Amino acid sequence: MSTPDDKQPVKKISIIVSKGSLDGIYPALIMANGARMEGIEASLFFTFFGLNALANKTLDHLKVSTVGNAALNMAMPMLGLPITMPFPTVVGAIPGVSAFATHLMNKEMEKLDIPPVREFLELISDSGGKIFACKLAMDMFKLKKEDLMDRVDAVLTVGQFYEESAGAGTHILFT
Amino acid sequence: MKKTIAGTEVDVNEEGYLTDASQWNEAIAAAIATEEGIGALTDAHMKVVRYLREQQAKGASLTIRSMGKSGVVTTKELYDLFPGGPLKKSSKIAGIPKPVGCI
Repeated sequence: MSTPDDKQPVKKISIIVSKGSLDGIYPALIMANGARMEGIEASLFFTFFGLNALANKTLDHLKVSTVGNAALNMAMPMLGLPITMPFPTVVGAIPGVSAFATHLMNKEMEKLDIPPVREFLELISDSGGKIFACKLAMDMFKLKKEDLMDRVDAVLTVGQFYEESAGAGTHILFT
Repeated sequence: MKKTIAGTEVDVNEEGYLTDASQWNEAIAAAIATEEGIGALTDAHMKVVRYLREQQAKGASLTIRSMGKSGVVTTKELYDLFPGGPLKKSSKIAGIPKPVGCI
């Protein structure tokens, strides 16, 4: 039986981003921005390689992974070839191929008005979304807060992240 | 379907968006703004509304990013002016279709 409670709107999403490739990070950014556009609170918690999206030295140079990415096919880097044709891992390993695939994908995203990572984080921050970095991963990668882009709200422990996510209507997603 | 907003009969879809932008006027905008919990429309609101109508008339696809870059309003201001769904609510008040994009 459906009750009015079943229709409780999503009030907040907390997204944990653990992947550091372009294709690992964009979905989280798109979902967070989309939430804010719907009036849903959003926070992003970057951990492990997800920190690549926050570190000033890496965030403007994120790449599509062309090696060991079984889902990648010849259509995906916008080569216009059939989606059924796998992207050979051997080709993906050739220097420059990942950069080229990334370039093609970035071009396609720009056409859809999807901003580059830095601008996207600024957009989410301006919209009231929160950006957090994982303390443990920071320690592991020897990163300091000043190594991260200026829109990072705080470096949090796992416990603080869960506290931050408190409240009925919050959904926590892991990517 | 038909709906009377601010004394004018207009065509709307099931979500209350005007289906004919030419039926819009400022009194309708004010009535929708009240309904959406935005309150009284200021000059800053109207600047956004008019910009949206211009862009819509040109056939441009509207995104939150393009709004922030328009020079009319910053992203922060847009969220402050139309809390709870900046692009959706401002489009509804502007009498244009609900934006379909994800960005």
